Amino acid sequence: MLGPFLETLIGGLLTGVLYSLVALGFVLIFKASGVFNFAQGAMVLFAALTLARLTGEIDGREVHLANFVIAAAILGTALAFVGWYAWREYMARGGGPAERNRMAVLAVVGAVIGGAVAWFYGKGSWPLWVALPATAAIMGVLAYAIERLVLRHLVNQEGIILFMATLGIAYFLDGFGQTLWGSDIYKIDLGLPKAPIFLFEDVFPGGLLVEPGDLVAALIAGLLVVVLAIFFQKTRIGRALRAVADDHAAAQSVGIPLNTIWLIVWTVSGFVALAAGVIWGAKLGVQFSISLIALKALPVLILGGFTSVPGAIVGGLIIGAGEKLSEVFLAPILVRQFDLAGGGIENWFAYMLALIFLLFRPQGLFGERIIERV
Amino acid sequence: MLYREAGQFKTTYGADQQIFPILQDRLFVLAVIAAAVLVVPLFATQYLYTEILIPFLILSLAAIGLNILVGYCGQVSLGTGGFMAVGAYAAYNLGLRVPELNNLVIVFLFGGLMSAAVGILFGLPSLRIKGFYLAVATLASQFFLDWLFARVKWLTNYTPSGSVAVGETSAFGWKIDTPAERYLFILAFVVVATVVAKNLVRGHIGRSWMAIRDMDIAAEIIGFRPLRTKLSAFAVSSFFIGIAGAMWGFLRLGSWEPLAFDINRSFQILFMVIIGGLGSLLGSFLGAAFIVLTPILLNQMPGWLGVGMSTALISHLEFMVFGAMIIFFLIVEPHGLARLWSIAKEKLRLWPFPH
Repeated sequence: MLGPFLETLIGGLLTGVLYSLVALGFVLIFKASGVFNFAQGAMVLFAALTLARLTGEIDGREVHLANFVIAAAILGTALAFVGWYAWREYMARGGGPAERNRMAVLAVVGAVIGGAVAWFYGKGSWPLWVALPATAAIMGVLAYAIERLVLRHLVNQEGIILFMATLGIAYFLDGFGQTLWGSDIYKIDLGLPKAPIFLFEDVFPGGLLVEPGDLVAALIAGLLVVVLAIFFQKTRIGRALRAVADDHAAAQSVGIPLNTIWLIVWTVSGFVALAAGVIWGAKLGVQFSISLIALKALPVLILGGFTSVPGAIVGGLIIGAGEKLSEVFLAPILVRQFDLAGGGIENWFAYMLALIFLLFRPQGLFGERIIERV
Repeated sequence: MLYREAGQFKTTYGADQQIFPILQDRLFVLAVIAAAVLVVPLFATQYLYTEILIPFLILSLAAIGLNILVGYCGQVSLGTGGFMAVGAYAAYNLGLRVPELNNLVIVFLFGGLMSAAVGILFGLPSLRIKGFYLAVATLASQFFLDWLFARVKWLTNYTPSGSVAVGETSAFGWKIDTPAERYLFILAFVVVATVVAKNLVRGHIGRSWMAIRDMDIAAEIIGFRPLRTKLSAFAVSSFFIGIAGAMWGFLRLGSWEPLAFDINRSFQILFMVIIGGLGSLLGSFLGAAFIVLTPILLNQMPGWLGVGMSTALISHLEFMVFGAMIIFFLIVEPHGLARLWSIAKEKLRLWPFPH
């Protein structure tokens, strides 16, 4: 009994690590800008699709080149429109040449990256060490576009409006990614061993079955958390990020540029999305359903607290383990007792688990205490 | 010049407290309803009924329900689809198991009541959990209810595929079969429900909801009981949503499976509320019209432009444009279409002599 239990537990914990990765992206953005970023799942999908198509085989690309053109045309129209809007606003404000230069430089950088990717895309599959930085660069451009085109116009709006805007971003990215790269199921090959590993064979009969991919995922996630922790605690930018998270207005008044901070945060969460996308893609294949894992990350968030990085990790582990254990051990009992048409309780079990935790701690396990004043 | 309240004096309290204090507004609303009842059936085709008018009316009702909760009481909910499913399945089961009561009005009201009961149950956490924590917590209801209707065989009457089909649809001996009849029936329901909702939100209970929305602690201190206020908002909201869900199942789909009320439905209705305008009943209608019409237009667009595209590509582009439009509308007018309408009305008051 203990063997299967431990095996399920380990499988659950490893899945939980992946939820943590997605939740981490949410937490970063929520902490620094108070935006509940529903588009995190879409960003994961977009990153995974980009990487998969850049490293993938060449056949079928001609079809998608046509899509490329259409997407580019639509995007170009939209950008021209928004650009005109931004330009009018800029003229009205009378911004200085420095801002103009910055806008121009960033536009050129974005165009060069986009053009280079589009050009080399037709040439053949890229090795991973080229494709990975290229995808990271694309995620950076994406973060910039989101900050510049969407969030900056919604400063000081209520949280729910910003949340809706990120839902719009999610829709857009889902459509954009699939228009650009096609919607078949792709593979990301990290070159990992596929054969399952058996642990503790002398303790349990048959040992514990563990997928090596999951272990690597856990390693990457752990590494990411350490890097993020160092970034937040030790670097200048990290300190600025924490200051913004504490109090926007106070941070701004001591000279921390909010827009830059938001750009950095969105870029970092874009990188986190890339890491999550690579791991999920390698595990399950890259397809539309990846963007739905955002829904799996939400209970992790409320369990751990919206503002806590360790909360995202611990919450992910609890949810992952709870989900798998409930599916394996609780679902059959429910099915037998109530004559159900199959189990599948993992879809809501995580939410119920989080809900029960919330009733005792409304701000999540590690969230900042909510102090209410009139 | 025409739209002006000058010269309209109110001599009684009743006249002063009408829903539409301006004569032109009253006439306009009556004209719209009259046109919807009398003129639309003259020219409407089956396509117009089943793809545009009926979804628009039903989803407007759902949006009104959600608007009561989100816009008036400030409790963000992502469980709308689940509550619609409760309404639909409750209505289905009542009609199936008690054939004497198989009257659309009765089963719809029953669906609404069941949905209200479930809404109260899932509204309980709102007393402790607030803001986005609550929004995510309401997802629990969505997923749980989805699962419930997919897995509990009794609720779907042991059909092997899990999808249910309604039999005869009639109300008080009136057999409601053709799209035109369905449309008129739904229209009547929606008009009545809107009047009820309007009177609720401008009365004592609506004011207590708004007090809770604006600052719940302050509202509590001046004597609104959060328990009763929040739960009543959940109940009323779920009641409307449940009726809308029952209508969606009975009169729009005819036969359905749990997928018809999945999380995308919740988001769709939340979009309607936000795009239309939080805390505005008119906004619910405008938002519903926008969200119903936009995908249809986007879908038809390549055909009109004469560009041949694969259906997959069209659906992806639809996603893209839809997302971009939502962002655009939020940036241009975060308070929704209803706000644009009220701005237009202010302009109209002064037109054509602005000084």
